[in-house]
Amino acid sequence: MKRSREINSLISIGIVGLIILFGAPLSLDLFSVISLTTAISLAILALSLGLIWGFGGILCFGQTAFFGIGGYAYAIAALNFGGSTGAIIAAVLVAAAAAAILGYFMFYGRLSDVYLAVITLTVTLILYSVIRRTSGPEYKIGIAKLGGFNGINVPPINYPWDATQFLYPEHVFYVAMVALLLAYFLCVWLTKSHFGRVCVSIRENEVRTELLGYDIRFYKLCMFTVGGAIAGLGGIMFANSIGRITPDVFNLYNAALAIIWVIIGGRGTLIGPVFGALILFYLTSFLGRQAVVNINLFLGLVLIVFVLVVPKGIVPSLVELWDRRKSRRMTARSARRMRRRGRSRVKEVQVED
Amino acid sequence: MLETRSLSMHFGGVVAVNRVDFSLRENELRCLIGPNGAGKSTFFKCLTAQLRPTSGEVVIRDFNVSGSESHQVARMGVGIKTQVPNLFDGLDVEENIWLSASQSASLKRSRVITSEVIERLQLGDVRKSQLGSLAHGQRQLVELGMVLAGEPWLVILDEPTAGMTQEEVIRTAEIIREINKSATMIVVEHDMQFIRMIARKVTVFHQGQILLEGDMDEVSADARVREVYLGHRKTS
Ligand SMILES: Nc1ncnc2c1ncn2[C@@H]1O[C@H](COP(=O)(O)OP(=O)(O)OP(=O)(O)O)[C@@H](O)[C@H]1O
Ligand SMILES: [Mg+2]
Repeated sequence: MKRSREINSLISIGIVGLIILFGAPLSLDLFSVISLTTAISLAILALSLGLIWGFGGILCFGQTAFFGIGGYAYAIAALNFGGSTGAIIAAVLVAAAAAAILGYFMFYGRLSDVYLAVITLTVTLILYSVIRRTSGPEYKIGIAKLGGFNGINVPPINYPWDATQFLYPEHVFYVAMVALLLAYFLCVWLTKSHFGRVCVSIRENEVRTELLGYDIRFYKLCMFTVGGAIAGLGGIMFANSIGRITPDVFNLYNAALAIIWVIIGGRGTLIGPVFGALILFYLTSFLGRQAVVNINLFLGLVLIVFVLVVPKGIVPSLVELWDRRKSRRMTARSARRMRRRGRSRVKEVQVED
Repeated sequence: MLETRSLSMHFGGVVAVNRVDFSLRENELRCLIGPNGAGKSTFFKCLTAQLRPTSGEVVIRDFNVSGSESHQVARMGVGIKTQVPNLFDGLDVEENIWLSASQSASLKRSRVITSEVIERLQLGDVRKSQLGSLAHGQRQLVELGMVLAGEPWLVILDEPTAGMTQEEVIRTAEIIREINKSATMIVVEHDMQFIRMIARKVTVFHQGQILLEGDMDEVSADARVREVYLGHRKTS
């Protein structure tokens, strides 16, 4: 029963995803499609953090590091390769490698959770300040100038078979949405696999998992690396939707934002963080246009409210609410049935009499 | 099969285990007893590589434990239960046991093992319950189930009956005797009644050292043991 509900919800998510994929470019204007593409790239980042934090217990406070590395690596590779296909692959690999290297030192060094959070945040902030200082023409990789705080102009994605034919923004949207769907279902598959279930057991109790014979360092490293790769994919899509990648992706605000998405959407689910990112993206851009409240103040308030009132996050709380209503309805129905049956039995008894 | 050579573990100035030479034969069922703070759990943690000994070494079937990781010890086929219950509280009974079974067995086989273990421990009624919601004794039983599911040939248990009801203790004793048919065992215990139910040979720990080793009758007749352990228990 539980299994079938899971499958149902996965199917619904897939259908909604496909509707957005095909419907959005038809019904929205160009500007909205571009901003939706940006939102989707952030949702991919949220998904990656939701995976490693929710299912591996790894609180990475600097998941944006891999997002930004993915974006930068794509820009640099696309400029140098003169095409996007290889650049996308290279950027995902670079982000994954960065996560693997950092993860190796953290997990095999058996750092505690708090240090892990601090170190990942520090790495992001170091990248922020280092890349900001690369304005001079001498800072370049191949032909790509890093551009300091102005960042790099990102060459758009082109057709794999023709490097001179660039995708229109609507088509970039298709790519981003497909990337999100693929990444989402990859994560679902991963969390259902033996590997994923062991990662959940690590989240639950590290000592126990180890005493069962699992090398938890290795499992965490793999999880973290996959998370880095997915975050990198998000960064590639982000760079494409904006058309530019700047060091701001590495700043404290964005690092914190990623955490907030997951908290709001719901840790321990995969769709929750995706929702969290989408909702907050549209909420903050709406509020930004109104210019009546300070956005940082607003985010802080949202975070406090959620931690205090909806600590599980939106999606798990909604599911719980739904279950409770359903079970109440079920008990009401069965009570009615019982009453009816009781009455008919009374009648039978009377007839016998 | 298992041997420690001059094993010592110091915590700052505290000498928890002091130059212990211990050996265990194949298929033996050995009980480790001793007053609180005697160093039993510390000794246990050295055997399972949860602690790195200050000096000396632990060898299990030609494998040098000291200096390796505890998952490597477990992977050799050693089933371990710690004194503090270590379970996956957010997961259900079935998942807990399955995670243990699937470490070494194939996915198909581990499903079979899981149902077998659940049946054997009579946990069928709670197979879908979250561990966190179970009573203490039942949690202990699930942990024993996790040890069983790994199909170990060496089993090391630290106080398996702590917090159990009388009935559960008797059932646990039965299970332990059954495990012993296919595996060598070390059981750390406090409950003398329980030890009488299962033990052949007993090792008494006192102040980090082995005070005495022998049959249960021999041990309980010994004046020194009465003084440090049995007497201690009566007064406490
Ligand atoms: N991590 C630690 N750090 C410092 N001292 C410790 C540590 N672990 C144990 N000790 C000390 O080592 C000694 C032996 O402790 P241990 O837990 O091995 O005893 P025990 O025989 O298992 O006792 P009990 O019957 O209460 O479980 C005690 O004096 C204890 O305080
Ligand atoms: Mg102890």
